[in-house]
Amino acid sequence: MAKITAGVATSHVPAIGAAMDLGKIAEPYWRPLFAGYEPSRRWMAEHTPDVVVLVYNDHATAFTPDFIPTFAIGCAPSFAPADEGWGPRPVPLVQGHPELASHIAQAVIQSDFDLTIVNRMDVDHGLTVPLSLLFGSCSAWPCRVIPFAVNVVQYPPPSGQRCYDLGRALRRAVESFDATLNVQIWGTGGMSHQLQGPRAGLINQAFDQRFLDLMVDDPEGLAQVPHIEYLREAGSEGIELVMWLIMRGALDLKVREVRRFYHVPASNTAVGHLILENA
Amino acid sequence: MPLDKPYANIPGTTVFDADQARKGYPLNTFCMSLMQAANRERFKRDERAYLDEWPMSEEQKLAVLARDYNAMIRLGGNIYFLAKIFATDGKSFQYAAALMTGMTQEAYAQMMLDGGRAPDWGTPERSNPGDARGGNRG
Repeated sequence: MAKITAGVATSHVPAIGAAMDLGKIAEPYWRPLFAGYEPSRRWMAEHTPDVVVLVYNDHATAFTPDFIPTFAIGCAPSFAPADEGWGPRPVPLVQGHPELASHIAQAVIQSDFDLTIVNRMDVDHGLTVPLSLLFGSCSAWPCRVIPFAVNVVQYPPPSGQRCYDLGRALRRAVESFDATLNVQIWGTGGMSHQLQGPRAGLINQAFDQRFLDLMVDDPEGLAQVPHIEYLREAGSEGIELVMWLIMRGALDLKVREVRRFYHVPASNTAVGHLILENA
Repeated sequence: MPLDKPYANIPGTTVFDADQARKGYPLNTFCMSLMQAANRERFKRDERAYLDEWPMSEEQKLAVLARDYNAMIRLGGNIYFLAKIFATDGKSFQYAAALMTGMTQEAYAQMMLDGGRAPDWGTPERSNPGDARGGNRG
């Protein structure tokens, strides 16, 4: 039986990927951030899963204004790093897991979550930056990855409660897959940031710290937080944080916090990171 | 019945909702075309002629020509699509963010190093030091 063994949350700031790709990680600006992920990389090296279900959002890369799926699952054998206008990131091809992805799609749709099935897609920094942060620079990613894209670009994204419930359905789907697989679920994006308008540059450390606490101790309460609170308190792009609740819903109510890291700033954004295991 | 938009009064913020997306569809579609190198070249060679190939409003075209990102957002643009314009110009997200705030890029970068813009910016009535949800860092 496949099993979800851990959940990872992390921001996916594109400048982090650029810093790695351009060899800037030792610069004073970036050193504290990468140092913060070092213990997580060591943990990950000892707990490398077979498959990561990676919850992220596309940033006007694969999904143009023509198609905006709320939830989309990548069922292809592989996914190429996208050219987002600066050329594709020099990172390995992402190897999918079509059998598990197709199984999840069928099971989750039958649990009343109407996923869009994607059989061809390039993946942008939303997916590749978390892989780089947790696995470092490598010639091949050490596991398979199922991209799970959530619309958080055009308002409204799904509610926190919907995301949390989807996580629970994803867990049931994974656990009904008839193969022995170690599966992790990652929720990415956030933390507080705003990239647009005169309020650009917003950071709310108090909101972020409380969010990290509630992710660990009271996810059901956190799922009740309405969109307007994210927009006001965490900035127009901070609403990406709802994606973390998909990850959290796929874990037990009680979890063990293996790792927590928080850092301001990475470019325009507050960076938050958790590793959680079922207690 | 009109949709409830409790986010309409957040200072300095335009939420890219269904109405904005409808207005911005031609503008954002033009932006996506800049993902292709050949289109970027044609745009750079004659911006006005390239814009005229798209069913955008005159106001949207003028905002693009002026690189007035706040105006583009007001007219339905979304920052992730508009990023294709400043990428074509060889500029970064931090450059564009600074421009929209009216700050120099240096001053904006320093603000971020100092912890970013306070969440109660533009809402003086919420500047309560006792508010556990986030202090005023100026």
